[in-house]
Amino acid sequence: MNHELTKGIFRDNPIFVLLLGLCPALGVSSMVVNALGMGAGVIFVLLGSNIFVSLLKNFIPPKVRIPSYIVIIASFVTIVEMVMEAFMPSLFASLGVFVPLIVVNCIILGRAEAFASRNTLKNSVLDALGMGIGFTLGLSLIALVREFFGSGSITLFPVGNFDGVIRIPVLNNFPARILALAAGALLVMGLLKAFFNWLTDRKERVRI
Amino acid sequence: MNYLGILITYIFISNLILTHFLGLCPFIGVSKNTESAVGMGFAVTFVMSIASVVTWLVYTYVLIPLDLVYLQTIAFILVIASLVQLVEMIIQKISAPLYKALGIFLPLITTNCAVLGIALMNITSNYSILESFTGGIAAGLGFMLAIVLMANIRERMDLEYVPKPFRGVPMAFISAGLMALAFMAFDRVLLTNLLG
Repeated sequence: MNHELTKGIFRDNPIFVLLLGLCPALGVSSMVVNALGMGAGVIFVLLGSNIFVSLLKNFIPPKVRIPSYIVIIASFVTIVEMVMEAFMPSLFASLGVFVPLIVVNCIILGRAEAFASRNTLKNSVLDALGMGIGFTLGLSLIALVREFFGSGSITLFPVGNFDGVIRIPVLNNFPARILALAAGALLVMGLLKAFFNWLTDRKERVRI
Repeated sequence: MNYLGILITYIFISNLILTHFLGLCPFIGVSKNTESAVGMGFAVTFVMSIASVVTWLVYTYVLIPLDLVYLQTIAFILVIASLVQLVEMIIQKISAPLYKALGIFLPLITTNCAVLGIALMNITSNYSILESFTGGIAAGLGFMLAIVLMANIRERMDLEYVPKPFRGVPMAFISAGLMALAFMAFDRVLLTNLLG
């Protein structure tokens, strides 16, 4: 049971291992707060769609299953859009077009098709949580690297007196701006993926 | 904004792949050889230009009059999914060679976020129907440019020594990053200088 939950976080991490859902991963990864917001949205949609697909798996005719999954997913995305616009307008504005684009995030359709459509409700929920958390962690890692070096700060949610921005002493004055640009996202993604490849490789070599 | 401006904007200045990261999955997945990259590029351009017009029509003549704008996401993705299916069937009927060339790419396009992306961007930019059409074509051409360049780079890279952890996907991302850096030379200032 725990396996369903943990596999999405490390072994089958959607971003670094499965390479699914990359468009939003890079698009919103310029600030940590955006990455967390996006992650929360994806977890919600993934959970909702996995639950519904798993419950309806015996009623959906196989021929129209993909359109049906897309309708289920799109409904949850619309809920996220409306809730975010109402309660977190600034986050909604900075995520922009990427919120409606959760619909075509391949990780969600991928889990509906590959997992929820042939597994029990409980396992589908665990799978959705694991994959969603893995996605959020991967996304936040990219955002953390980009924001730390690219703007010399880490933006979190404002709480009380704390305005939500941690400024890194030296980097804040001399940030490596390239990482905050579009090109930087692709470079960071490539380097992180190479790092994880190296890590997996080394682990396997140790085992031998 | 005039049509030439839209073309230059979406092909070079805000190329969907290299500045908005839309359509990265096929960009990384289908860029291993030039031939399939060209096929994918044409298929995407084709679908994007039609989808831009159809989603514009749906938005303007169905969603706005019925006050259902909040259903935009659902409506657009359904339109695109059925459009792709329709295009696939039509091509299969009328042109066997074209189907052979584009056929395998068409089903993949439904989940290509660039198609939904450009449809949504056309609406947010308040484009007219012809401008949306131009936007769709331009975005498709920009996608094709990026994916074909990428395929060429990757074909060359197969012949070079690459350290093991970097082989394949990581190197593809890094090359894409360098490409994006090069594309930054195309900016708004260039556009104003060109078009006055």
